[in-house]
Amino acid sequence: MRTVLYLVQKEFLQIFRNKTMLPLMLVMPIFQMLLLSFAANYEVKDLKMRIIDLDLSGASRALCSKFSASPNFKILASGFSAAEGMESIARDEIDILLQIPPHFERDLLREGHAGVALTLNAINATKAGLANGYAGGILRDFNAQYVSENPVLTATPPNGLIEVTYSNWYNPRLDYKTFMVPGILGEIVSLIICFLTALNIVREREMGTIEQLNVTPIRKWQFILGKFIPFWIISLFIMTLGLTIGKLVFDIPLLGSLWLVFGFTAAFMPCVLGLGFLISNFAETQQQAMFTAWFFILIFILMCGLFTPIESMPEWAQKADVLNPIAYFVQFMRMVLLKGANFQDVKGIFYPVLVYGIGVNALAIWTYRKQVA
Amino acid sequence: MQAIEVQQITKSYGDLKALDELTFSVASGELFGLIGPDGAGKTSLLRILATLIVPDKGSARIQQHDVVGDYKYLRNILGYMPGRFSLYQDLSIEENLAFFASVFGTSIADNYHLIQDIYVQLEPFRKRRAGALSGGMKQKLALCCALIHKPEVLLLDEPGTGVDPVSRKEFWDMLKRLKEWGITILVSTPNMDEAELCDRVGLLHKGKLLALDTPANIRNSYDKPLYEVRSQDMYRLIGDLRQMPGAYSCYAFGEYAHLTLLHPIDGAEITILQYLESRQHRDMEVRATRAGVEDCFIASTLDQ
Repeated sequence: MRTVLYLVQKEFLQIFRNKTMLPLMLVMPIFQMLLLSFAANYEVKDLKMRIIDLDLSGASRALCSKFSASPNFKILASGFSAAEGMESIARDEIDILLQIPPHFERDLLREGHAGVALTLNAINATKAGLANGYAGGILRDFNAQYVSENPVLTATPPNGLIEVTYSNWYNPRLDYKTFMVPGILGEIVSLIICFLTALNIVREREMGTIEQLNVTPIRKWQFILGKFIPFWIISLFIMTLGLTIGKLVFDIPLLGSLWLVFGFTAAFMPCVLGLGFLISNFAETQQQAMFTAWFFILIFILMCGLFTPIESMPEWAQKADVLNPIAYFVQFMRMVLLKGANFQDVKGIFYPVLVYGIGVNALAIWTYRKQVA
Repeated sequence: MQAIEVQQITKSYGDLKALDELTFSVASGELFGLIGPDGAGKTSLLRILATLIVPDKGSARIQQHDVVGDYKYLRNILGYMPGRFSLYQDLSIEENLAFFASVFGTSIADNYHLIQDIYVQLEPFRKRRAGALSGGMKQKLALCCALIHKPEVLLLDEPGTGVDPVSRKEFWDMLKRLKEWGITILVSTPNMDEAELCDRVGLLHKGKLLALDTPANIRNSYDKPLYEVRSQDMYRLIGDLRQMPGAYSCYAFGEYAHLTLLHPIDGAEITILQYLESRQHRDMEVRATRAGVEDCFIASTLDQ
């Protein structure tokens, strides 16, 4: 055990002496959290809109003004030609086209219902979906208001006058920062730790120092623990730093127990650490290690549920996410930080992560060889 | 007692046979030199003895322990200094030494007597990072780190490479002093002149031993007359001498050409001078000389 202590001591000595890596380890999480949390935002403002109002009545104007009053839409042009409207979608000038047919007001008052046409530019599906949602909201709002202002209509209520109201639980104001920060934190910590571990070990190989260690009585498990412990401690430190920024800058709710958060981080970190280890066993140079680590981490980040919900992925992708440690982390952080889940609620995530960590490290130890054939 | 016993060791890398059924042994307390050009298989052999790689065939024992089966034990009693500087460049002299002492479960103070001669030269720079040291200093530090746990057998892979002649001489003086502590030393080098500094040498070429003896015996085994020759045009001289009747071999040797004759000839110097004159050479010099280890090495590679 004393040998491990010497190895850890040596590792920290080297880490604190590295004038490039140390600041990077501190600056990278802070910078990424600030940047990504503000930039990665699902809210879409100023959707470019064109309105074709062929009715030019009081009702149609009221509808138009509802759209122009919304912060989500910006009315660029009006006109009377549907063809022109379609063309401006084709030229990517507008995101949404609203067409109000002639006799809109007359139909509304006389028959109790009337139609409008919304055409969405779905080149960016997310944007189109959001535009549709916002527009639907405005139309519902218009309906309700119009009915209340025209008593004629209340006498003949339109079909299905069920009003849907909703509230967003766990994130009542649909604050995307709240949603993104815990995920980004997990992504950053995983990235840093996986890279650091892989590169550090390959560096020993590149510099030849691993050979010098190999002719000493240091045992395999001592060497691995000597690498494991320092990076594990660093990961907990970065986590603390990230949570502090999350709380101070973004005011993310910390509903769950902090002990649980750190307990989970402590159990989660061996997953990415072990992965870094495993990669280093198959890389001869830091360059190889870098690209291999990047290959895995990039897939993990894209599929971790941070940018697209896991539930909307095809089934095979959802199944494959069993192997994605970051997916567990993102899910766990959201549940505990935003929902205030307790251990009973998240043990379905906790135990797999524990098994994952043990598994990947066992594999790393097994593939690490001191004596080469 | 034999400290190192190598039995028919073979190691191949693909089609390339780095070591070909190599057999030799090193006596306890001996300073043994493994001499051979680059690619002779020196490093492969040292890495096998250092328990870093496994031979394809054959076996090797150090202090009666097998290098494959007993590697865990051997790692406690071996000191290995790789050809390439392999200490932590970002740690200081002191930190490197303390680290390697601690992983062997000892301390600098415990074995200070072993490294004292070398370490006094490093001590003024002990806070300096290993990466910032000169080649000679790096080598001295590496030797200290390989010695700090008082190894019974020391394996040094080309310690003279990349080091200036003065430092190299100092280094060999240190090795001589280490012998007094009863440490068996196996040192590999491509420099034939360093062979003279060893108790016994093995000449390694293409994975095989060409000769295995004391430097003096190897020199004395040279049975053909040898002359050192020079003239104004050295390049043409070597070509001409090779074509001389009765010449066995000729090659450049420092500022002279070494000419070996097939058989002794009476008044050989005169014969050589006359031959060279007929080839329009000027400012010639011919002198009989004694063969060195390098001559023996070249002769044995020619015989093959």
